[in-house]
Amino acid sequence: MMDFGPLWLSAQLALVTTAILIILGAPLAWWLSQTRSRWQPVVQAIVAMPIVLPPTVLGFYLLIVLGPNGAIGSWWVKLTGDTLTFSFTGLVIASCIYSLPFAVQPMQNAFESLSKRNLEAAWTLGASKLDAFFSVAVPLSIRGFVSAIVLAFAHTLGEFGVVLMVGGNIPGETRVVSIAIYDHVETLDYASAHQLSLALIVFAFVTLFSMFLINRRWQAR
Amino acid sequence: MSPLRTGFLFAALVSTNSFADENLTIAVASNFQATVNEIAAEFMAVTKIPVRISSGSTGKLYAQIVNGAPYDVFLAADSARPKLLEEAGAAVKGSRITYATGALVLWSADSALKNKDCLAVLKSGSYRRLAIANPLTAPYGLAAKEFLQAAGLFDEAENRIAYGENISQALQFVVTGNATLGLIAMSQVKGRLPVTASCSWNVPSTMHSALDQQAVLLSGSDNADAARKFMNFLQTTQVAMILEHRGYTVPE
Repeated sequence: MMDFGPLWLSAQLALVTTAILIILGAPLAWWLSQTRSRWQPVVQAIVAMPIVLPPTVLGFYLLIVLGPNGAIGSWWVKLTGDTLTFSFTGLVIASCIYSLPFAVQPMQNAFESLSKRNLEAAWTLGASKLDAFFSVAVPLSIRGFVSAIVLAFAHTLGEFGVVLMVGGNIPGETRVVSIAIYDHVETLDYASAHQLSLALIVFAFVTLFSMFLINRRWQAR
Repeated sequence: MSPLRTGFLFAALVSTNSFADENLTIAVASNFQATVNEIAAEFMAVTKIPVRISSGSTGKLYAQIVNGAPYDVFLAADSARPKLLEEAGAAVKGSRITYATGALVLWSADSALKNKDCLAVLKSGSYRRLAIANPLTAPYGLAAKEFLQAAGLFDEAENRIAYGENISQALQFVVTGNATLGLIAMSQVKGRLPVTASCSWNVPSTMHSALDQQAVLLSGSDNADAARKFMNFLQTTQVAMILEHRGYTVPE
């Protein structure tokens, strides 16, 4: 019987990360889509950086910043007595940075393609900006949200390099599925490597296929 | 590409082939790379045979060799993989030698442990994390686990161990302060480190299985003569001095 622990751990990590990224990413995506600030391109570039940077760069700095001598890590040690590195919480922080553009960009694209008239109509009817956001912008941008959720979840599930650098390979805490597969290959346990890999391949195909199918249905409407 | 340039390139290719027909490609375990660079420089000075060095984890190099990677000599970090290669016929039978034996060190860079007894800290459990290499993939990781078990400390330490993918990453966890303590290689301690040790304790070699590093001559080698010369050179007193200086013991 194969060990599904790492697969389950990855799913939990991806779920928590996606939830955080949608909640924090939506306002950011909204701001990016609406603002005329000259800082917009700067923020946009920062958000997109994890696409370009190799996981080693993110992992290297996270190891320092989240470590017990680091800016965030030292504060965390004082608060909890434990280090952020080698912990599930640390991986959530790392994943939120790593998957940030995959959540923000689809939502931003959706917000940008909204017709200004719908929002203006809501405002003239007396809706507050917040109300207009939730009752007009969000429902009209639902495709962007679906893409953001699917991509953030899938990208976090496939995370490897960053976790390898800050995780410490601890079962039940940081030993996610990609690390488990890597270990199985390294120890020549190809049977287990195949099982976990196939599970991921099937999952990746089914999620991406469903997303594109949903998008096509909505386009046809 | 112009005919002239093509001709020039062709001439360059032919000339490198004909003038340097004897050269050596060595696959080396990452933990030994700095040492082999030094050894290879001395070897080149003596024999004039050019040496190329390709480094990786013992497991990855093993997989590459099984799949036909064009190496002449394999310097592994363990004895298991060279033995497997010899049995599979990928290495020349009888060529296997132990070229160096590693040692394990309990080590810390945490300023709070300055001038303290590393072993006492480990025993008292007053540390946050202990970094070791992955016992499943790295010989130093297995030795670390064996030591912890022999000392009766493994069960208590287990949920505080951070596993490095290899011994280099275990060191990295300790150097960056992410792990309070680490069980690392003596050769790492003797190397250049960005921080100074706050405490250090040499683990007795009787408390874990021997960290024998073995070398084999590979069957696929096109430069078997040069490869043999290198294997012999590894066993000279000249190399023994380098090895001892870098924290390895030399087999009798």
